[in-house]
Amino acid sequence: MKKEWPLWEVFVRSKNGLEHRHFGSLHAADAEMALENARDVYTRRSEGVSIWVVESKYITASNPEDNGELFEPAQDKVYRHPTFYDLPDEVKHM
Amino acid sequence: MSEKEIKNLEEIFEARIARDDKIEPKDWMPEKYRKTHIRQISQHAHSEVVGMLPEGNWITRAPSLRRKAALLAKVQDEGGHGLYLYSAAETLGISREEMYEQLHSGKAKYSSIFNYPSITWADIGAIGWLVDGAAIINQVALCGTSFGPYARAMVRICKEESFHQRQGYEIMLTLSRGTEEQKAMAQDALNRWWWPSLMMFGPRDEDSPHTAQSMKWKLKRKTNDELRQQFVDQTVPQADILGISVPDPDLKFNSETGHYEFGEINWDEFWQVVKGHGPCNKERMEARVGAWEGGAWVRDAAMAYAEKQEKRKVAKAS
Repeated sequence: MKKEWPLWEVFVRSKNGLEHRHFGSLHAADAEMALENARDVYTRRSEGVSIWVVESKYITASNPEDNGELFEPAQDKVYRHPTFYDLPDEVKHM
Repeated sequence: MSEKEIKNLEEIFEARIARDDKIEPKDWMPEKYRKTHIRQISQHAHSEVVGMLPEGNWITRAPSLRRKAALLAKVQDEGGHGLYLYSAAETLGISREEMYEQLHSGKAKYSSIFNYPSITWADIGAIGWLVDGAAIINQVALCGTSFGPYARAMVRICKEESFHQRQGYEIMLTLSRGTEEQKAMAQDALNRWWWPSLMMFGPRDEDSPHTAQSMKWKLKRKTNDELRQQFVDQTVPQADILGISVPDPDLKFNSETGHYEFGEINWDEFWQVVKGHGPCNKERMEARVGAWEGGAWVRDAAMAYAEKQEKRKVAKAS
């Protein structure tokens, strides 16, 4: 075989009102085939009402090695959470 | 990286697994973890795909439209399950082509059970009831495995597979409540599939050198013998309901332990089939390789068409 079919990532909206969620991946020659295959593989039991496919090579992902730099700074910023602020119990609706 | 650095990373890695953290594809992992997972996940994928063959044999001869639709759906699921698993393995850096190549050359194994023939319609019942039953026990144990993509594939597969076993058992139930001839068919299928099903859990614990490492990585949550015992305990009462008997003269219930005791498995047969000398090994591989080679022109044509369309789109836009 000359060329392997590219890899696609599949995102499915399970029902209107919910976001598309990553369901998995598959190989297909083009976008149309990727959609058809995604329909057959991931929605055989009414799991979805809408499908997105995107060729995997277009996804830029963060690297776990950078996790410290990227995500740790959020850990000491407790003042971004409502529970950081002390209010008397009698204050309602806040 | 120095040896000391690697050792340090390994310790962090083991600690993550110990506290039930999931490992994702881009995370650092020991080479052995990667290799073991590629091996196990791809073999699991191959088993799903080769597993379509003994059942596919009966799609055109299913006794009713209801049975035919169910069997078609089941076989289609298995193709899908193969795909989920191949995708999970691909995240570890092996290509789909390489995996197919390993299957076709005999380098990669698949579950030996699929090297037995499905010679009567009752075999389709027995496969669903016993083979899928055994597979579900193995797979439920794997839903909590440490490698994220594998665990997610398992959860999906378990969800979809619950109908497989029920449809098989229903076939057995219908046959065992039918004519004498039908009942004999059900009994015959149980006779032939019982022992190979017990073999699906793999060698005895003392003959399974990878068990300790696999338990540590949560690639196994229970040992082969524990899972096999669970299968016997839950399946024997199901055979009783069918009114057919398990072909094991040594089988008896131990009321003290609450478990069934069963006879010795023919391990020579097990190893013979694993090594490629089962009744259908050759036939199965011929079917797979034939499908792959025969489909090559379709794959190439689809790719050529996609490239042509893409070029046209670019030309139009410029």
